[in-house]
Amino acid sequence: MTNKISIICLSGEHEKLQMAAMVASVGAASGDEVTVFFSMNAMKYFIRGNEEVVPAQGEFGSTVLCREGVPSFRDLFQQAAELGDAALLPCSMAMDLLELKDGDLMGEFGPSTGLTKFLSDAEGAQIITF
Amino acid sequence: MSEHRVIDAKNTYCPGPLMELIRHVKQAEVGDTLELLSTDSGTANDVPEWVAKIGHELLSSEQIDDVWHVTVKKVK
Repeated sequence: MTNKISIICLSGEHEKLQMAAMVASVGAASGDEVTVFFSMNAMKYFIRGNEEVVPAQGEFGSTVLCREGVPSFRDLFQQAAELGDAALLPCSMAMDLLELKDGDLMGEFGPSTGLTKFLSDAEGAQIITF
Repeated sequence: MSEHRVIDAKNTYCPGPLMELIRHVKQAEVGDTLELLSTDSGTANDVPEWVAKIGHELLSSEQIDDVWHVTVKKVK
């Protein structure tokens, strides 16, 4: 049975971005219908070409997740879209405030999306917030 | 003609090995077998779970010298 998973990704902390990306990639690649809605401090890490190091909440984000062999959250979100057709949707409010346009974000991102549309698509889904 | 491919995902961490397997399964033909090599302990649980959910066939799963060898047949 296909699950429907809607992830709200708003934290700019390494640990939360990593966990959101892990859930999105494994869920999507396992046949679940995954939508990720990005807003607030998470948004700027997906601007095309921005390889800025994300701040850590603690030891995991500062060192453990930086070890060789740990997939990066950006790669995992990309795989969620490529291998599992996950929809990666930027919040239109955050896009406006950051003065971003469609195309300014990583290529796998979908169109700027409002909350009303996200909530209507999320009807019946498990909603997980990071 | 079915192929057997070995996917070396040793020294990568969850969900790296599973995602590598999924990438290769998508590219494979029905009937091909894929042998995932992984040092990530979660692989032994996660891969069979994924295989069961998607409906492929788990041919074997064994740990040899700290490396998990999980072999999957693409059936659809």
